[in-house]
Amino acid sequence: MITSTVGPLTFSQIEPEAGLKAALAMPRADIIAEINKSSVKGRGGAGFPLGMKWNFAAAEQSAEKFVICNADEGEPGTFKDRVILTEFPDLVFEGMTIAGRAIGAKNGIVYLRAEYTYLRRQLEDTLAKRREQGLLGKNVLGRDGFDFDIRIQMGAGAYVCGEETALIESLEGFRGEPRNRPPFPVNTGYLGRPSTVNNVETLADAACILAKGADWFKSKGTEKSTGTKIFSVSGDCEKPGVYEFPLGISIAELLAAVGGAGAKAVQVGGASGICVPAAQFSRKIAFEDVPTGGSIIVFAPGRDMLQVAHNFLDFFVDESCGQCTPCRGGNAKMLEGAEKLREGTLTLAALDELKELAETMRIASKCGLGQTSSNAFMSIIENFGDEIMARALTQSEPARN
Amino acid sequence: MLITERDKLSSEIGALADRLGRTRSSLIPMLQEVKRTHHVIDSFTMQIVADALEIHPVEVHSVASFYAFLGTEKQGEFVVRLCRTISCDLADKDAVARQLQTNLGIGFGSTTADGKFTLEWANCMGMCDQGPALLVNDRVFTRVTPEKVHEILADCRRSFGVFAPEHKEEHLV
Repeated sequence: MITSTVGPLTFSQIEPEAGLKAALAMPRADIIAEINKSSVKGRGGAGFPLGMKWNFAAAEQSAEKFVICNADEGEPGTFKDRVILTEFPDLVFEGMTIAGRAIGAKNGIVYLRAEYTYLRRQLEDTLAKRREQGLLGKNVLGRDGFDFDIRIQMGAGAYVCGEETALIESLEGFRGEPRNRPPFPVNTGYLGRPSTVNNVETLADAACILAKGADWFKSKGTEKSTGTKIFSVSGDCEKPGVYEFPLGISIAELLAAVGGAGAKAVQVGGASGICVPAAQFSRKIAFEDVPTGGSIIVFAPGRDMLQVAHNFLDFFVDESCGQCTPCRGGNAKMLEGAEKLREGTLTLAALDELKELAETMRIASKCGLGQTSSNAFMSIIENFGDEIMARALTQSEPARN
Repeated sequence: MLITERDKLSSEIGALADRLGRTRSSLIPMLQEVKRTHHVIDSFTMQIVADALEIHPVEVHSVASFYAFLGTEKQGEFVVRLCRTISCDLADKDAVARQLQTNLGIGFGSTTADGKFTLEWANCMGMCDQGPALLVNDRVFTRVTPEKVHEILADCRRSFGVFAPEHKEEHLV
């Protein structure tokens, strides 16, 4: 009942544990060198180079280090990690074990969002099976002195905990409020120890790179955005589901593949991403053009873009942790603006102020939530101004939610 | 709360703290467990948890009130959460919302008088390709229609009342 449509994925062609065996056969520095060579960037959305992150964590001198798998997939329109954890949990755990070897950690933690509690049992089963097979525990795969184990900790329903420092706060038993960075988690992470926090897909990719080599990985994608990426496609298209495409694919090509041609706009990167109108569908999905953590939401011509903006702002008002003022107050003001637009009573002067406020939020917010929350609203105002400005009062509808 | 109930809850929390370890990192798992079994994290619970971890109870309150799946309000045995984020919204979650409110006789954010059901909104629950999506405790339902709402709620109701062979509650973990 809850299975998604899944396109062909590279993950299914990877020989089990080939990456881990390759990693154990080489010195630690070579693992990171191979990852560096592949130029793989974090798949969660921020796009930080994985090799650099591991390298920082590996360089730290500490009695204890942690590998943390960020399975707090909360970005609206993203569900690829749910599918990866369902279909390829071994690959993710293999990636974590490789990370443990690379940075010198003995403990891995999967931070699984509360909404995915139904996945926990099967993940625990997979972990138990791996322990039996000697893929976790003392002397992994018979390798003397390499101990690594993984435990699962549940989130408790907070979007902001997808941010790595907020995630660590939550793991430590605090409110999910992002920390100042620096110090970064690779230096001072969980319990003050060096920790690498990586997305589910990134860790699975790391296992693939070790199995097949950096050159294989680099053969797909663009120069700055190497490899393929898994997309979660939803909204007004014929075949919503999970698909793998090389980075650098144009939005038009992607839409053609999922039966979404003729769309009016596409939201790339979820609520914190940007809304791309049909005129710009030739733009490429890659870190150098339109970046994404994999969320693609398609809007058909009949959709009211103001309702879309309103929905996103409602989301951010609800999910802002409330720690810093630009985000806490700013999102509420943005929502107020969207409501006035809906009633047709927003003055142009107020609109200009909203634009300035959006800029302030982008600069002054403490974490990515506040820095990006106004993006969608602003790109909708910019691209669909004719549709949303000066609505007649008759068109207004009662406030929802 | 009766004194005996208090004693029982205290020893339960004590055992939980021993099992999970008396460190701050155990706070959220402890609160999750208490919430799951008692459907509420009240001020007495917060005090006992705080004592077990040697922190101030206000710390426990700050954490309990922060997370959407914790909270300090008493909730029903079945917490029904309807996703309101964009893809489910496009898939007409409003019709499902109306049916839920009608069938339960309560609005979002409230609990039925018999303490069985709580109705809540949820933000994106990662079922965007199969909306509208609904969580009942830990169970997920997708492509929910107003007709299915009745079925889902009736299934919950079968677990209590005169037709229930034994008290059975849906929790996966």
